[in-house]
Amino acid sequence: MTLVIGALTIGLILSLLSMGVWISFRVLRYCDITVDGSITLGASVVAILLVKGWSPWTATLVATLAGAAAGLVTGILHTRFKIQELLAGILVMTALYSVNLRVMGRSNVPLLDVETLASPMARLITRCSSNSDTLGVCGWQVPVQDAAMLVTVLLVTVAVALVIRWFLLTHIGTALRATGDNPQMVRAQGVNHRTMVVFGLASANGLVGMSGALLAQYQGFADVQMGIGMMVWGLASIIIGEALAGRTTPGLALCGAIMGTILFRLLVAIALRWGLNPNDLKMVTALFVFAALVLPDSVKSAMHRFFKRQHHA
Amino acid sequence: MLDLRQIRKTFFPDTPNEVQALCGIDLLIPEGTFAAIIGTNGSGKSTLLNAVAGAFELDQGGIHIDGREITTWPEYRRAGLIGRVFQNPFAGTAADMTIAENIALAMRRGCRRGFGLALHRTARAEIAERVRTLNLGLENRLDNPIGTLSGGQRQALTLLMATWRRPRLLLLDEHTAALDPKSAAQVAELTLTLIRQEKLTALMVTHSMQQAVQLPERIIMMHKGRVVRQYEGQEKDRVRAPDLLAAFDQVRRREQLDPAVAALLAKQYG
Ligand SMILES: Nc1ncnc2c1ncn2[C@@H]1O[C@H](COP(=O)(O)OP(=O)(O)OP(=O)(O)O)[C@@H](O)[C@H]1O
Ligand SMILES: [Mg+2]
Repeated sequence: MTLVIGALTIGLILSLLSMGVWISFRVLRYCDITVDGSITLGASVVAILLVKGWSPWTATLVATLAGAAAGLVTGILHTRFKIQELLAGILVMTALYSVNLRVMGRSNVPLLDVETLASPMARLITRCSSNSDTLGVCGWQVPVQDAAMLVTVLLVTVAVALVIRWFLLTHIGTALRATGDNPQMVRAQGVNHRTMVVFGLASANGLVGMSGALLAQYQGFADVQMGIGMMVWGLASIIIGEALAGRTTPGLALCGAIMGTILFRLLVAIALRWGLNPNDLKMVTALFVFAALVLPDSVKSAMHRFFKRQHHA
Repeated sequence: MLDLRQIRKTFFPDTPNEVQALCGIDLLIPEGTFAAIIGTNGSGKSTLLNAVAGAFELDQGGIHIDGREITTWPEYRRAGLIGRVFQNPFAGTAADMTIAENIALAMRRGCRRGFGLALHRTARAEIAERVRTLNLGLENRLDNPIGTLSGGQRQALTLLMATWRRPRLLLLDEHTAALDPKSAAQVAELTLTLIRQEKLTALMVTHSMQQAVQLPERIIMMHKGRVVRQYEGQEKDRVRAPDLLAAFDQVRRREQLDPAVAALLAKQYG
């Protein structure tokens, strides 16, 4: 049960990251590696602010804005200074490594006994369950802290997903989606496609920053290394999500991104439980994304060749 | 009204690949005139349309629409005044978005785009109504991705989108060239209907002498980045496709002569 709750919570937190990656990778069709840096940026900003005693909501908001600023820089490097999209992201990601160390002042900030986003919910649950520090759910004893975190994260993620879905259906959101699809058409319809790219990358990395902020509050520390491979992680989740929910409408795609992230996290938790060496995790994730990107096409062409041979025989 | 003054554009200047694509073009298209541009491959027709639409900066010259100078406006800003249809049927629409969403984008061309829902009920009704006038049965498929349509259907929709809000100028670059003959005829007819209905000022590039003779009120002939001849009024009404081909031949023959000799001959024989 702890495993499931942990996987659900982390899955929901990383859903924010996946939705961010979905906006850059699928909506804008922009391969944005800034993500690896901006998730850590979100975590380090929130950690330092919480240690200084800021309110968790304000701290999370500031972390989100910090992530958005990182995306803004990548977008400007790409559109204004004509730097290739991948390189623009790499530059910002590299610079963010130093920024994160500067923000935290060291490579790791623990968050012990600080007020987090889940604290109000924990107090509420404790009051309702006559002051015990565990909670009975279907016969299982769940620590109140964990339950509170799960509920809070669920509320935040669902709210954010609804806002994104609404936004993508507005006039600006429609223009944003079209920008990734056909920038020439978007310009011919009177939209500044560069502004759209910058804006899209800023929102995507804002989500990633928020994800980092929640992750730090959940695991109780921020670490300068925690962002490595996160973009690929997001990709893997999106690909699973697309297999589950399709990608025909923004609503379905967002649903898919959330479900895919949770499922991927569950799979990883189970694999680790079965003895997968945590050191191999990134390799496995990368191989998974590779397979998911390549297999559908090669299976199709193999089938095609197979049937053609049958046909000739 | 479109007013071009001494437009010049050289690609790759001062390199061996230098191309003088537009060599000082002066053109005045009065309000409500439908003009066709004809010319050989590489004569600068597309470049002229791209220059007006703002795809690149000019080396020299000025562009005015309805008395407003737009020479320094970026492409997306000019789109507020200009509607465009491209040669490639896939260029004018966003393939993965639905028909309705594509049109919703066009409905806001030149307006502020805010946080209102793009496809609220009244917008939907208006879209269905105007798509029905195309007579292509697309009003029942408004929520299908536009990428699932044929080239002709997409081109018809692009045309509808380009004229949804009355553009001050409509630019059509061989917009029927990539279609099969039947769709091409349909789209050409739709073009004429829309232009006549709204009394649009329009510039259409075409390689079809038939189209050039039948559709527009004026024919502009280009060669090597210059406007070499224009037909309008009664002369345009009399001209037939073979006459246009003959005129091309004449231009080419004149070009083969040494410019000095040509000038001499011109002086001699008027
Ligand atoms: N973006 C560009 N960069 C470099 N050269 C260009 C560019 N656009 C056009 N040219 C060159 O300018 C010249 C005119 O090209 P343009 O496309 O305007 O011809 P066109 O009259 O439209 O021909 P076609 O009938 O084949 O469409 C050509 O020599 C072309 O190679
Ligand atoms: Mg051309």
